[in-house]
Amino acid sequence: MLSVAQSVQVFTGFQVSDLWYMAEAAGRTLLISIVSISIGTLLGCVFGWLLSISRWWGVATLGPILDAFRSIPLIIQLILFFNFFPIIGFPLDPFAAGTIVLTFYTAALVANVARAGIEAVPLPMRRAARSLGMTYWQDLRYVVWPIGLRAVLPAWAGVALGVLKDSALVSVLGYVELLRASQILITRTQEPFLVLAISGAFYFLLSFPISRATARLESRWQS
Amino acid sequence: MRSLPDLIDAGFKTLEVAVEAMILGVIIGLCLALIRLSGRFGITWIATIWVELARNTPALLQLFFFGFGLGAFGINLSPYWIVLCALTFNNAGYLAENFRGGFRAVPDTQMKAARSLGMTATQAYLRIVIPQVLRIVYHPMTNQMVWSVLMSSLGMLVGFHELSGETQFLASKTFRIFEYFAVTAIIYYVIVKLILAASRLISWRLFRY
Repeated sequence: MLSVAQSVQVFTGFQVSDLWYMAEAAGRTLLISIVSISIGTLLGCVFGWLLSISRWWGVATLGPILDAFRSIPLIIQLILFFNFFPIIGFPLDPFAAGTIVLTFYTAALVANVARAGIEAVPLPMRRAARSLGMTYWQDLRYVVWPIGLRAVLPAWAGVALGVLKDSALVSVLGYVELLRASQILITRTQEPFLVLAISGAFYFLLSFPISRATARLESRWQS
Repeated sequence: MRSLPDLIDAGFKTLEVAVEAMILGVIIGLCLALIRLSGRFGITWIATIWVELARNTPALLQLFFFGFGLGAFGINLSPYWIVLCALTFNNAGYLAENFRGGFRAVPDTQMKAARSLGMTATQAYLRIVIPQVLRIVYHPMTNQMVWSVLMSSLGMLVGFHELSGETQFLASKTFRIFEYFAVTAIIYYVIVKLILAASRLISWRLFRY
């Protein structure tokens, strides 16, 4: 007869298949980040544009709301949002709640970036564009966009990297992304150091190329 | 809302750990930046690894690393120390890059001019270079201070009873999760606004001329 220790193996070591499991989870981290960064950037550009054209009403209404997203910890925002919907009768799944909060968080950060980009274009230049017969939208598209983009691309990349890393917080809601997967593996393998080092490497692999690429782009544009 | 005093107390704890981590972070970050700039000592790579790791991995992962990762080596820190170490690690990494940018932005000629006026190297550094660097990095440092406060909220995941942890504790006692976290969100907002106001006040005093 087998003893209990032999028949029931509670903890199993780290295996190659676990690496695949973590890679899948890293894919989910990438998915939620890409979705929320792209939608958030679009929204943020619109907000930034509104902030830049408004004299006081935009700053007075939009400003405090965007400000709140930036000065309340993301984890609190996630918990608040996730617990708010059951109250009004629409339970959301963790992915949806996480994406929505991350999107607005991105939008709040990008709004300031976009506004800085628009204001980086000197006003005389825009007047010159208008007096050459460009419409307002042509001016935005062909004058403000290329110049503003160069001015704020590093800042935008910083925001995107920040959101990529902050997506780890969605694990709190129970969405199995990279960090959550590592926690699950730690519970099973009891090898926290190894598992955390590997998931750190995954995050590093995701974000390091982006930061390198923007640094190179930045230096090429400045020269 | 009998538990409001508890929350306010916890808010001070949040502020305390954030400020401590910030002070340590500034000291270590300055050292890292100087090491990376000097390019001597043969330990440049340690500073580089520190900075890249701190900047390219999530703060939560760093927190877990100090919390659970070190446990694998039999080092068990208390929640307070986990949060403090992780925040310091993170702050130092980010600030090192800020300081490096700051030192780069001060032209070499400033140093040469100061030396040719008869100042010693130390004098030139303390009186000419550092004040200019401080002015450049002041704004990023304020931001980092705010981040420090916001990041300390992750302490709730390793059982540290700062503002978020305390909120979770109280919320799980009463099941009024939304209400408690809404109050906490407001407290965070107030703390951040106070920090920004204070920094503006200090900068107004500091950079008058």
